[in-house]
Amino acid sequence: MSFARSAIASTRAVVSRSGRRGITSSSARRSESLFVHRDTDYNNPSIKFEFTPENLKLAHDIIARYPPQYKKGACMPLLDLGQRQNKGWTSISVMNEVARLLEMPKMRVYEVATFYTMYNREPVAPNFLQLCTTTPCQLGGCGSTKILDTIQSHLGIHPGQTTKDGKFTLIEVECLGACSNAPMMQIGDEFYEDLTPETTIKILDTLAKGEKPKPGPQSGRQTSENSAGLTSLTTKPYGPGEFCSPEFQ
Amino acid sequence: MIRSRAITRSLPSLSLPKASSSRSRIVNQSRSLATVSDPPVRHYGGLKDQDRIFTNLYLKHDHGLKGAQSRGDWHKTKEIILKGDSWIIQTIKDSGLRGRGGAGFPSGLKWSFMNKPGWEKDPRPRYLVVNADEGEPGTCKDREIMRGDPHKLVEGCLVAGRGMNANAAYIYIRGEFYQEASHVQQAIDEAYKAGLIGKNACGSGYDFDVYLHRGAGAYICGEETALIESIEGKQGKPRLKPPFPADVGLFGCPTTVANVETVAVAPTIARRGGAWFAGFGRERNSGTKVYCISGHVNNPCVVEEEMSIPLQELIEKHCGGIRGGWQNLKGIIPGGCSVPVIPRSDCEKVLMDYDSLKDAQTSLGTGAVIVMDQTTDMISAIARFSKFYKHESCGQCTPCREGTTWMMNMMDRMVEGRAQEREIDMLLELTKQVEGHTICALGDAAAWPIQGLMRHFRPEVEARLAAFHAKNGQTLFGGSLLSEADTRYAIPDNLGGDAHRNVGQISAP
Repeated sequence: MSFARSAIASTRAVVSRSGRRGITSSSARRSESLFVHRDTDYNNPSIKFEFTPENLKLAHDIIARYPPQYKKGACMPLLDLGQRQNKGWTSISVMNEVARLLEMPKMRVYEVATFYTMYNREPVAPNFLQLCTTTPCQLGGCGSTKILDTIQSHLGIHPGQTTKDGKFTLIEVECLGACSNAPMMQIGDEFYEDLTPETTIKILDTLAKGEKPKPGPQSGRQTSENSAGLTSLTTKPYGPGEFCSPEFQ
Repeated sequence: MIRSRAITRSLPSLSLPKASSSRSRIVNQSRSLATVSDPPVRHYGGLKDQDRIFTNLYLKHDHGLKGAQSRGDWHKTKEIILKGDSWIIQTIKDSGLRGRGGAGFPSGLKWSFMNKPGWEKDPRPRYLVVNADEGEPGTCKDREIMRGDPHKLVEGCLVAGRGMNANAAYIYIRGEFYQEASHVQQAIDEAYKAGLIGKNACGSGYDFDVYLHRGAGAYICGEETALIESIEGKQGKPRLKPPFPADVGLFGCPTTVANVETVAVAPTIARRGGAWFAGFGRERNSGTKVYCISGHVNNPCVVEEEMSIPLQELIEKHCGGIRGGWQNLKGIIPGGCSVPVIPRSDCEKVLMDYDSLKDAQTSLGTGAVIVMDQTTDMISAIARFSKFYKHESCGQCTPCREGTTWMMNMMDRMVEGRAQEREIDMLLELTKQVEGHTICALGDAAAWPIQGLMRHFRPEVEARLAAFHAKNGQTLFGGSLLSEADTRYAIPDNLGGDAHRNVGQISAP
């Protein structure tokens, strides 16, 4: 996402240059942070990572779901498991450990970890806010732009940043698939839907206190039904064999 | 429109020449010899609760095994399994079910590709893969199905898997859906425990496993071959077809990929009969469908309705109408972000099915209706989609990787108005160069919203450019201002020099 933004910014820079062109006119690609690993003191291969015994058992359960010669199918679930154990981010050691466990070349794991957006390769705060800003969320409800402004002003951070107290990380994400409950945001694993600036602040305050707000729609409705009253499924659901053809009654 | 089509379709049965019959109808108000009256015009929509398949769409009831069984799931599944593969596939064919993931391919036919003559001799295992990677902006139907009725999906895996003689099913669910994944996993565990799947599933003697695989946030994995790659533990980059997954799919074995909704309706169709399902909707568009409506409606919701329900009725009946009334409507995207937008005049006419929307130069897609009222900046809404596609392009094919970036940059400039008029056509040409020149359909999907915008809202784009030019002066190609151009030299044609020379009146400062 930061890649997309920097690409826009750099295009603007090219555009605003006074019509004069250098040898290359295409915009500079500043996305290498996405795909390159540089050893840092918090992220380098010498930091040890091992699955806890419980997670190791879980890992073997996951590996058993795939054919024995295709153990690498478990690469994605194991990376996810590793990320959960590693405080929400996938360090190079997590990737190496997964590669060792699945007998895969390390590079194949790096490929996967860089391709999918849910593997955070930089540390994130415990409250990881992922705000959807794709068109349906932008349109629906009060609009995600308002929610983004609210979060930005309330926490004093921009997308891609972590608050100074280390409690919140905010990023913008693409459609999370809860469009009838727009605007929405994912915090950790939970969806918070039907947001308004007021409920957003309430959620953030609750999280800051260390409590967990109630996930789901914040408007009072249960899921994605019509908020003005049900227009379908108002009667008791039919039971086994009802309305079926004679042989299945 | 519908009425006239119904009449023409009924004509051959009159066994009269077309022209004479219509003429006589006009001339003679009182019909003497021909006594055939017009067939009653059928109105679609108004599905009754007893005909809804997903009875726990809103999570009002227990989603576990007990609750599911009380709602009729897993009822006589053994008998369905024992009916055999050809019966299941024939029932699905009779029902007229078409793939609910967007492409609308007839499901019975697709499943039958797995049972080619001599398939028994193939020693490879066979897989059903369920596509629950619901990422198309606007779409949130599979989510409700997996939360409320996960057992319908698991049972559907068994029934569809039996139909195509599969040994196992993988449900690929998008990584963000945590609650949904846990509900499905709970359903799988319960079904294993009750002996409904696994060895000797439902006591039918058929062995069938169901596994859950969680994705990790890549829209492209909704494409069937990318999804297969992803389950194999690789980057989700689509494969070239052929070979089709039915020949070489997951782990190199015959595979069929189907959408959640397609799979989940299969057991109910089997129990209630293909004819029941085929009774809804127009010919070739039969069945019920879960629609998800988002955007500028009063009460956005997810609802199961009959196919071919008029779009306007769907919105008025289930969503409390457009904000500010129907006249406040600007345009609707009827099938998720990859289909073109249609203006209000079309919205009044179309029915929500594959054929009617195709006639309106758009598509049913996933049934995700995105409503935009007059306050919407249409250009900016579509530009946001271009950004989405740029972000989600896997980068494998050059036209898509580079094209989506170009489209996004050009659309971003159009939002501001910072573009030369001729660049609208350049943008359209660019979409044509991406469309159809990539391995998967993401390139097409990125191109269509822009084409739809220019087809129906071009005057708005032109007005935006004109307003910018009125304020800041003419622009050259690429968005730089003519006033800032270095006029000591001729402006090259590729920067818009020729355009500005041809316009003539614009004098350089």
